[in-house]
Amino acid sequence: MFRNQYDNDVTVWSPQGRIHQLEYAMEAVKQGSACVGLKSKTHAILVALKRAPSELSAHQKKILPIDDHVGISIAGLTADARLLSNFMRSECLNSRYAYDTPLPISRLVAAIGSKSQIPTQRYGRRPFGVGLLVAGVDTKGPHIYQTCPSANYYDCKAMAIGARSQSAKTYLEKHLDEFLDCNLDELVKHGLRALRDTLPSEVDLTTKNCSLGIVGIGMKFTIYDDDDIARYVAMIEGEERSRQTQAPEGAGEEGHSMDTEEAEGPQDPVAADPQVEDRPMDQ
Amino acid sequence: MASAPLFRTEFWRNGPQPGSIYNFPGGKTEPDINPMKRTMNPTVTGTSVLGLKFRDGVVISADKLGSYGSLARYRDLTRVMKINDTTILGSSGDYADFQFLTNLIQERVIEEECLNDGFGYTPLRLFSWLTRVLYNRRSNFNPLWNTYIVGGLQDGEPFLGYVDKIGTAYQAPTVASGYGAYIAQPLLREAFETNPNMSLEEAAKTIDRCMKILFYRDARSLNKYDLAIVTKDGVEIKSSIVSETNWEISDFVKGYE
Repeated sequence: MFRNQYDNDVTVWSPQGRIHQLEYAMEAVKQGSACVGLKSKTHAILVALKRAPSELSAHQKKILPIDDHVGISIAGLTADARLLSNFMRSECLNSRYAYDTPLPISRLVAAIGSKSQIPTQRYGRRPFGVGLLVAGVDTKGPHIYQTCPSANYYDCKAMAIGARSQSAKTYLEKHLDEFLDCNLDELVKHGLRALRDTLPSEVDLTTKNCSLGIVGIGMKFTIYDDDDIARYVAMIEGEERSRQTQAPEGAGEEGHSMDTEEAEGPQDPVAADPQVEDRPMDQ
Repeated sequence: MASAPLFRTEFWRNGPQPGSIYNFPGGKTEPDINPMKRTMNPTVTGTSVLGLKFRDGVVISADKLGSYGSLARYRDLTRVMKINDTTILGSSGDYADFQFLTNLIQERVIEEECLNDGFGYTPLRLFSWLTRVLYNRRSNFNPLWNTYIVGGLQDGEPFLGYVDKIGTAYQAPTVASGYGAYIAQPLLREAFETNPNMSLEEAAKTIDRCMKILFYRDARSLNKYDLAIVTKDGVEIKSSIVSETNWEISDFVKGYE
């Protein structure tokens, strides 16, 4: 039943200094559909790929508004994301109530970090199975943050999470220098192109399967999908797509979010690949 | 069958009634439970605080007197404080409550500084927080007996706000608490309306005139005061400024002996 003897609980170390339960939680993020976040000097945007769990259901929301100045996009367990978004909303409201000021993004993300850390260190609990991209604007300008189930968070220039996000990262890395001075339309185009690179070559972005969130200096967080996103999808339609060299996303490809070097010593039994299957509760 | 009493009214002869505690002969008979009591009036108080916006910032002034009722008990109290480089605070009313809140604010300023994320108190944040705290205290029937004047630069613009002990709060280009609200406020408004773009010197002169008039007319005041100034260059607190007074005409005042 268990894949090795050190993954029963988050509180158990492996002799290699790894916590397998955390790494499994990190895998949950990779099962969710892709999200991309990037920012210019004036705006931070999120683009996300929406999935419909079945023919009969609508596409699941991927981008959630938190406050006028922040929004998130999610990859992983939607239910966990809802809990976190609820928490973030109440943090933002508290700041507005007590201080009459929008909550700085760094503090909001730090609060999520502190909250997520607790179930990574207590027996009988499980880490959140969701990764977030947080886009927000405060007095220091636009920000993109990434949060992980491991309770790490990163301040990013641009980032992609979720299934096949490596392709989007590749695109973002290639064009990193252009983002800062982009106007909004150019920024959205970069975001959509990065997102499109996560798709198999026979699938393309449509107004149904993608969603866009924009926040900027002097612009409240706004979500565009369906007809509202048509204008942006049209802008990159028919462009030649980046070459598809989709490498399968193997385990350990991104490192383990912990600053431990691969240590020599007793090897753990190798964790089996998590079953790759379509799990309807994941987005 | 002998019927036992359903209920005994005493544990033993001369003992306590059911539910009471045995009272060893003598001692006090009163219960230890008394109605909750709270301070109903301030003890050592400071009088008016004045605030005035000018072209490059804000000034706040408060005199150095701590009154104990009508007794001029302490003559060297400081009632204005620097919060950070953009924010200052002045307080009238109970001095102990001011010290209590001052400690709390300084604790929070340090805590926030430790986060080292570049965000700290701005005048607006402090003003809003004070309003919440004061209104909360009054709602628990335990007010902090103060009026606070918050000044500073909010996003480079002068900010001036007033909060009192029941949580009433407003912002205005001129504010005054206590006796000053009656005597100095009209003078400050007049000065501000004739010249909304005062220089620091003009603002300081206006404040000095008001403090002097308050000293003439407010029996709980002193002609020695502190002046806190916020500009884009930071906060400066000029302490113990003495207004020169003139009592030549006091001989003509008759009928109050």
